[in-house]
Formats: sequence, C-alpha cells, structure tokens
Amino acid sequence: MLDRIEEIRSEAAGAISAAPDSAALEELRVRFLGRKAELTAILRGIAELPPEERGPVGSTANGARVELEALIEERGAALNASELEAGLAADRVDVTLPGSPPRPVGHLHLITRTTRLIEDTMIGLGYRVMEGPEVEHDYYNFTALNHPPGHPARMLQDTFYIQSDPEALLRTHTSPVQVRSMEAQPPPIFMIAPGKVYRRDSDATHSPMFHQVEGLAIGEGITLADLQGTLDEMLRAIFGGERKARMRPHFFPFTEPSVEFDVSCFQCEGSGALPGGERCNLCKGIGWIEVGGAGMVDPNVLGFVESNGYDPERVQGFAFGMGVERIAMLRHGVPDLRRFFDNDVRVLEQFS
Amino acid sequence: MRVPYSWLREYCDPGIDPEQLAERLAMTGTEVERVGYVGPPSPEGFVIGRVMSAEPHPDADRLRVCQVDTGDGERTVVCGAPNVAAGQTVAVALPGATMPGGQRIGEAKLRGVRSAGMICSAAELGLGESPEGILVLAEDGSGAPYPPMAGEKRTGSLEPGTPLDEVLPLSGAVLELEVTPNRVDCFGVYGVAREVHAISGAPLAQEPWLEDAPAEGDGEVGDYASVTVGVPELCPRFTARVFTGVKIGPSPTWLQARLAAAGQRPINNVVDITNYAMLLTAQPLHAFDLDKVPDGVLTVRAAAEGEKMTTLDEVERTFDAETVLVCDRNGPSGVAGIMGGQVSEVSAETTSVLLEVANWNGTNILRTSRLLSLRSEASSRFEKQLHPELCMRAQRIASRLLVELCGAKLVPGTIDVAAGAPSAPTIALREARVEGLLGMPISRADQKDYLERLGFGVAESGAGLEVSVPPDRHHDVTREVDLIEEVGRVHGLDENLPSTLPAVAGRVGGLTGEQRLRRRAEDAMRDLGFDEIVGWSFTDPGEPTRLRIPLDDPRATQVVIDNPLSEDQSAMRTTVLGSLLDATKRNLAHGASSVALYESARVYLPQGPMGRNVKSFLTFRPIGPLAGDFVGERGACCFERHRVGAVAVGSLVPGSWRGDGVAGDFFALKGVLEALAGQLGVTLGIEAAEQPFLHPGRSAAVRVGEDVAGWIGELHPLVARAWDIEAAAAFEVELAALVAAARAGEEIYEDVTTFPAVHRDLAVVVPEEVPAAELRRLVLVGGGELLQGAEVFDLYEGDQVGEGRKSLALRLEFRAPDRTLTDEEVAARRAAIEAELEKIGGALRG
Repeated sequence: MLDRIEEIRSEAAGAISAAPDSAALEELRVRFLGRKAELTAILRGIAELPPEERGPVGSTANGARVELEALIEERGAALNASELEAGLAADRVDVTLPGSPPRPVGHLHLITRTTRLIEDTMIGLGYRVMEGPEVEHDYYNFTALNHPPGHPARMLQDTFYIQSDPEALLRTHTSPVQVRSMEAQPPPIFMIAPGKVYRRDSDATHSPMFHQVEGLAIGEGITLADLQGTLDEMLRAIFGGERKARMRPHFFPFTEPSVEFDVSCFQCEGSGALPGGERCNLCKGIGWIEVGGAGMVDPNVLGFVESNGYDPERVQGFAFGMGVERIAMLRHGVPDLRRFFDNDVRVLEQFS
Repeated sequence: MRVPYSWLREYCDPGIDPEQLAERLAMTGTEVERVGYVGPPSPEGFVIGRVMSAEPHPDADRLRVCQVDTGDGERTVVCGAPNVAAGQTVAVALPGATMPGGQRIGEAKLRGVRSAGMICSAAELGLGESPEGILVLAEDGSGAPYPPMAGEKRTGSLEPGTPLDEVLPLSGAVLELEVTPNRVDCFGVYGVAREVHAISGAPLAQEPWLEDAPAEGDGEVGDYASVTVGVPELCPRFTARVFTGVKIGPSPTWLQARLAAAGQRPINNVVDITNYAMLLTAQPLHAFDLDKVPDGVLTVRAAAEGEKMTTLDEVERTFDAETVLVCDRNGPSGVAGIMGGQVSEVSAETTSVLLEVANWNGTNILRTSRLLSLRSEASSRFEKQLHPELCMRAQRIASRLLVELCGAKLVPGTIDVAAGAPSAPTIALREARVEGLLGMPISRADQKDYLERLGFGVAESGAGLEVSVPPDRHHDVTREVDLIEEVGRVHGLDENLPSTLPAVAGRVGGLTGEQRLRRRAEDAMRDLGFDEIVGWSFTDPGEPTRLRIPLDDPRATQVVIDNPLSEDQSAMRTTVLGSLLDATKRNLAHGASSVALYESARVYLPQGPMGRNVKSFLTFRPIGPLAGDFVGERGACCFERHRVGAVAVGSLVPGSWRGDGVAGDFFALKGVLEALAGQLGVTLGIEAAEQPFLHPGRSAAVRVGEDVAGWIGELHPLVARAWDIEAAAAFEVELAALVAAARAGEEIYEDVTTFPAVHRDLAVVVPEEVPAAELRRLVLVGGGELLQGAEVFDLYEGDQVGEGRKSLALRLEFRAPDRTLTDEEVAARRAAIEAELEKIGGALRG
C-alpha cells in the first residue's frame, strides 16, 4: 500500500510539473485529488485497515495529498502568469494613432491677466482693490478732482456724455474711485482701482474704451519720494527686477506736484541703443518708456472729503494711474491697441 | 507751441544743443514732443550773392543767365524766377549745398548753359513765402532792410560771400513743446526763455517789452477811437492804440522766417506783427482797419441769441447769448478772444490801424470756442486765463514793430478800459514743508534761488519765505503746495529724489471675498475650455431689436450716449450676448469651425421706472460692486451689473478617430454652467422658461434659490441668422447672485469614512411631461435625510414603458452619520420614495 502511494505521488508530481496549461492542470487535479481519485479512496478507506497499518498509511497518503496540492498551486500560478503575458502580447494597439482630444483649456484675456498682475503686485504692497461705476457723475470724474466746471483741463480728455442726464458721463479715468473710496473710508487708505474708462478718441493709439489702474495712498507723512519707491517696486514686478522708475514733472489738476512716470527700457537696458548699435525701437532711443501719470494728491481734492478725516494739513499722499493695454503692449509686443478688442481667438490663444 | 531755438537763444542761451535742452525741459516739466528743423539741414554752401547782370537765356524764354558775385568771384547761374534783376542782393546755394528737401545742388547744364549754383526763393529755403519768385534781400547793395533785433547775434552784413546764416536764420532747430494748460507763460517765447533760465541758470535777457515806441502821430487816441465795455466780468481789460500812415506790405524776411519756423503763415506786415507779439508774450492781439470802424467806436457786449457774423475764415457763425462780441456801430466785428470778422479786416488798402489787446474770461472763451467748434491760436491762450497785466506788454512790442517795419505813426495815448487787476497776495512757504511733502531736503537758499529765477518775488520770513507771484503765473500758483512743486522740479527729481516706501504701518492688502470669487468664476470658465473676450461696452441702438427683445423688456431701454463717435457705438449694452455673438461671427469668418467664448463684464441698465423694475431677467437684489452697488455718497447713475456670459458654436470637445466630440448644445452649456456654479459652491435651478432670443423649446431660466439669476439656451434661429451663425448655445448669469449664494471656501467637514454608504439604482416610470428635476425632487423628499444623493443616469422612452411615459434611472446614495444602515432601513426609504412617486402617476420599474 505504501509503495502504491509512492507510485501515485511520483506519477502525479511528474504529470503536474509537465502540465502544459491550466486546463490540463485542472484535469490532473481531478484525476489525482478528485472524489474518484485513487489517493482519495485510500484516505477514505483508512478506517477499514488493520490498526497497525492505519498510522503509516494515513500519514503517508496525507503527506502525498498535501504535497500534490502545493505542487498544483505552484504550477497553476506559473501557468497563469505565462498565459497572461501571452494574452497581453496578443492584445496590441497602434500606439501611433492620435490621442483622444481632452476638453480644451481656454484662455484669460490679456487685459485680465495684466490687470491681475498689477493687482497682485499692489496687494503685496498692502493695497486693497476698489471698484466704481463706469457711468459716472460729473462730480466724481471732474469737480471733486479739482476740475471746476469750465476748467480747460476738462478739455484734456474728450468726454462721452449721457443723453438726458447732464450730470452723467462715461468716466474718462479711474480717478473718480479715489474720491468715492475716501468718502467711504477714513485715512490711512491704500487702494487701487482697475477698470474700464472711455475717451472720445479712436485711432491706432487711442481706443474709445480702454482700461486703467488707479492707485491711491493717503496717510500721515507720505511723500513724493514714497511715490517713487512705490513705482519702482511696481514697475519691477511688472517689467522685471532690473527696472527703474523715473518721474518727470507734469501737470494734472488733481495732483500737485504732478509727474509722468517712465520705466527704464527693458529692450536696450535703458541705453537707447541695441547691441548692434542701432537705435532701440521700443523706447525710440530715449532709454525710457512712458507708463503713466502720478503725483501728490492735491489739497483741493482732499478738501472734498475733509469731513471724513482728510485734513490736508494732517494727511497727504500720492495717486497714480496707468493704462493696462499700454503695459500689456509693452510686455507682450502687441503692436496695435485695437487688437485687444478684436477678440480674435488666434490672438487670444497666444496668451495662456 | 513751436519755439525756434534761435529765437529762444536771443533771450536765454543755455549753451547746449537743442536735444540736450529738450531732455532737460522734459525732466523739469515741459514735455518736448520733438526737436524739428526748418530750412536746409546745414547752412554750409549758402552765401550772399549780388546779381551783376541778368540776360535772357538764348534757348529758353523763361530762363535768365545771371552773373552773380559770390565773394569768390563771379559765377554763371541760370535762374527761372521772373523777378531776378541786376543789382539785387540774393541768397545763393553753391554746388554742394543741400536744400531742405534733401536735394543736393550741383553744377548742371540748363538748356546748354552751365549753371554753378541756384538763386533761392524764401520758400525753397523754408523761410516763409515770396510769391514773386526769388528772395530779394536788397534791391541794391546798400543798407540792410532787416536789422537784427536787440540781442540778435546776426551781423546783417550783405557783402557778397557772407554766409547766409549771418543774415537769415537758416537751418534752425525748433522745439515743439507740449505746454501743460497751467503754464500759460510758456505759450510765449519769453516765458519759455525764463523757464530755460530757471532750469539752466543761464542769464536771462531783459524783458523785451520794457521799451515803448515813440508816439509821433497827430492828436490823441481819443480823437480816433473809443471803447465801451458792457460786460466787464467777461472782459476784465481792453486796451487799444491807434496807428496812422501804415504801409501794408510783406514782412521782412527775418520776421517771415521766424513766423514760418513757429508754424504761422506770414500774411502781411501788420498781421505778422500781431502774431509775432503774441508768440513772444503769449498775449493775443487783433488789428482793425480803423477806417472800416465807423467813427472808431467799439463796444464789447454779449451777443443776442441767434446773432450772426462772418469770421475771418469766411464762415458765417451764429451766436448764443453768452458769446461776447466786439462790435462797431453796425454790428459785430469780431468774436471776442477767438477770431476777428471780415468787416474790419486789415487789407492792402489799410492805412490806419486800431490795435486791440484785451483780456477775456477764460471759461467763457473756452465755452464759446467749443460751442462754435472754432479754436484759434488766440482762443487756445485766452481759454487758459491770461492776466490783464500782459496787455500792455504786447501793445509795446507791437507798437515798436509797427513803427519800425510799417512806417506807422503811433498816436499818443492808449485806451485802457480795465475792471481792475486781480489782487496779488503773497504766499507763505514753510521751509520744512518742502521736505515734508517731497521727501527730499532743499535748503532755504536754494528754494529762494529757484523761485527768483522763475520770476517770483521772494522775501525771508520767520520759518520760511514770503513769495509774491508774477502775473504770468497768477492762476497757476496760488498755494504753498504750488510753490513746493516749482521748487521741487527746478531742484530736479531725477537726480535728487530718494526712493522710499510709505512708513504707515498696520495695513493688510487683499482681495475681498467677492473679488476672489469673481476671479474663480473667470478661471473656471477658462478651465472649462472657454476663451475670454473683452467686448465693447458700447453697442448700437438696434441691438435689442436684433435680439428680438420686445420694447417693454427692460433690456430694450439703453443708456444712450449724447455725443457718440458713431451710431455703432452710441448706446451702452444691456446684455453681453451681443458682444459674444459679434466676436463669434468674426471668428467664424476667420475660418474657425468651433468657438467657445465667455465674457465677464458689466451691462448698463437705465435708472428710472424701467430700470428699477428689472423683471424679466433679474429678481435678485444683492449688494456690492458686482451688483452695481458702489462706495461713495452719491450712488451710480445707472444700474451696472456684472455678468458672466458664454457662447458655444460647434463642438466643445473636438471629435477624433474614436468618435464624435461633445457638441456645444444646450446640455453641453448646461454642464458648463453647472460646473461654473459648482466651482463657486452654488447649486443652480434650471427650469424651462423662454427668452425672446432663444429657441423656445431649448431655453431655461437659471435660478439661485428662489431668484432668477440668468438664462441658458440655444439661440433662436432668426437671431443666429442675424449674426450669420448656424446654431449656437449660450448663457448669461448675474455674477452677484452666484457670489451671494457662494459657499466655496466655507465648507464644514463631513464624516464620510466611518460608516459606509449604501448605493441603490432605481428605475422610475413617469408620465413624459414630468420634468426630471421634479422627479428628482420627489425622490429626495421620499428618501428623507438618509438619502444623500440622487443622480439621473439614464433616460428610456419606448415600447417597454408605453406611450406617453418615460423611464428614468437614478443612482441613490444612502448614508447615516452615526451608524451603518440596515437593509430594512433602506427598504423603508425606498417604499417612501415609491409613495411620493405615486402622487404624480409614477411607479418603480422592476
């Protein structure tokens, strides 16, 4: 009996290790370990053996069964792995076909991106972002900004007026938000106001609608030197670390002193000449590019909000304003103001 | 303001080239648009010549062959001018000279005669006009008819061979200044000279108006003329002088050259002199032919409404009652401060001149000039408000020139009707205040020096200076801060001003929650595949009609611009849909097959009964700038609402070899809109509702809670056709409504890990008219609080559910926060859902 068990074990072990696939292996499992298998019958018949044989036959047959089960499992795992590999190898795609198009990603308009750049820079310097109406009162656009009715400075900005409301106009600058903000908040105030503005002018360098960002800083002891430092920081953030601000005295009714401010040219590094020696076309050989207007807020303007704490003898500060399109044109080489309002996707999608 | 550099240097010569001066002026507050040049690029090769003989050309009727002495001997020059004659002193361009247009003079044969140079006309030299032909400097060799003015550096010698620029201002630089409106003094050459003196320190010549002309005429001015001013508040000063024996003719070349360089066309000597005096002093003048003023009686008065007159530019003008006229006995003879009339214009026959130099109210001049659309050199100065003191400066300059150049006799006396000069208070300048405002120290001595150079009177006083303001700066400098500006700019900002940051502490910058959410909405649209556009706020009055918006819809009433540039841009938009469709149309025309655009911007709804009851679009009344609610004591003039709108044409996701893409139809846009709302943490309600511009079966109202916050749908075919678009889907929502409901950023932690969720799919058969949203609502009611989610994932209509019915499949998620749900609990909820559905004739399927 013990010899027979060894025969079975040996035959089965040989057959299992030679099984060509998992179907054949399953047949072997049924044949050697199934209900009708000889080894199973031996194990089932142990109780009928003489008592002295039960022990050796039982342990030998059981040992053979455990061993065969382990062999089947091992062989099965090996066969599964190779069958999977073979299956995968047969399942090939043409990897050179195009990938499925994802949902396209859109683009923010260059004006939005540029406005955000300026906003984020000024937020970093402690400013808040204020907003005002575009259809504005004459009072905020002119009178409270020290342009009395009939003042020739009103001629500087050709204004769109609203029909049937002589006091309403399309704001010509974002400066009205200065006064509105000061009415709402006592000093100190540090704010910027981005938004659309309108002037009655249309050609390659003038658009009847464009965008400005206004800045205002009022508190005790804020000086023109602080304006220059602030412009330095802002222009470096916008145009790059090596840039400098330059202020040229100018005239605006709502600032005194007033300046225009320039940034050192980032194409010729302020030299006015390109490496080849020819004149820099960006700054026209000047080395500086005009960016906007600024100045110390005129005491007359503060006088309009004096009751809210803006006593010109106690607080002072600066304001500045600049065109968003102009900055975008400089930063990205856009040649014509009108391209911003064409909304041509071939242009929009260049800026991501 | 065009300032010939040679003229400027008569009064102040900074000793630097004009480009350097331009740079210095720009850095101290006077923008120089450019430095231009008049005349030839170089004076080289231009000399004085004397015509020794002028014989007819053998082969050409119109040409003369001249022998010209040019100092280095005689040379033959062929000349085509009719007025050339022996004995004349002329300007000769020698071979090698370059003309203003860049043409180089060489030796050439003209009809067989060799010509070694060219006799020039004034126009050829860029020196004004000489209609007769060549510029004749003198008819004979004697004398110089154009003596240099005081301080001029020209010798005036007419010896042949003398360089021409010794005699005439050749190849002069012209500074084209962009004078700011406060600096009326810089509208005159002497004022610019004083500015150059202040910023350079170079000496300033004496004021040119100190010396008056001798009064050698007969009688007294009152014998010839009288002036009455009826509106002294609009005419603070009116001065008049009378000149007799005036000989009208062309101005001498130097004067013509100067005017031409300054951009004024020479006319005749009297008119040229008034222009010259204006350009020098900034004070405009006007000359009358005294014989055409009946009895010399002039009256300054307001016009009668509708009164008419023909101005010098030969246009008949109609006035209103605020226009000020200078009138003679027969009626208007000039529009005060703007332009004279034809009736008393100086002409070739004029022998007596009345010279008006007056001061006018700037605001009134500006108003009238705008009303008449008539601006002149005079009005552009008067409108900035001149000081009455300037009148006599111009009178004295002009008087001397009229006597010197026109042979005129000045009648003794000046008519001077003055309402009294404005008072000239002194201003205190506190020394410390200068540094306090500018942030850079300037010594008191320097402050005093700068102000004195600018013509201010300065006295020491306690802690600072007492400053008196010269008349030229009377309206510009009225306060301490104005003096600080003057001191600061002359001191120089570019070299001296430090860069510092405000020292005010304790401020925190940042965006408001509303502003952050606006950015998030814009970013979401970008991430959903849409390109942002910036559309015009303007539109045309016909846009609402093209969108089929009926007249009683608030969006049909636009804010209208009174003075638009064009009809196309004459009204403010009431929807962003028009801009989006305009941009779509343009992009399709450029060959795009699919377009997905969005805009985040304002619309403008009028105030008043219509605007205040915006019904069809908006019931929501949130606050904040997005809703048109701005800071400031005075509200807005109209309702400015911030909208986010989008339009899609073609596919949102492109197709490929694997199959079709995602078409930009109603449901695609709905998905985008819900994703946008999801980014803000807002749940939207979408329910069928029509819009005039949308397909009635594929349009919906967008609800936030109970409020209508926008619309979504496919475009009405007629509207699409109006924009040449085949089909499009679009939406527009009130951003303020979304932002007000936004919960993004306020989320509270929810335990989803401790107890598992139970998922069940449910197929429900309902009558086909029951909206999916209503079905879902009832499922949620029946599910109670254990039902955490119910999403429709399939729709079936057909034989298996029968006519007039549809089957919707929903995936349900049940969850309790505190326990694992049992099958019995879920079964009970399912039964409750079934009960709810029975109310609308629905049943569970299978």
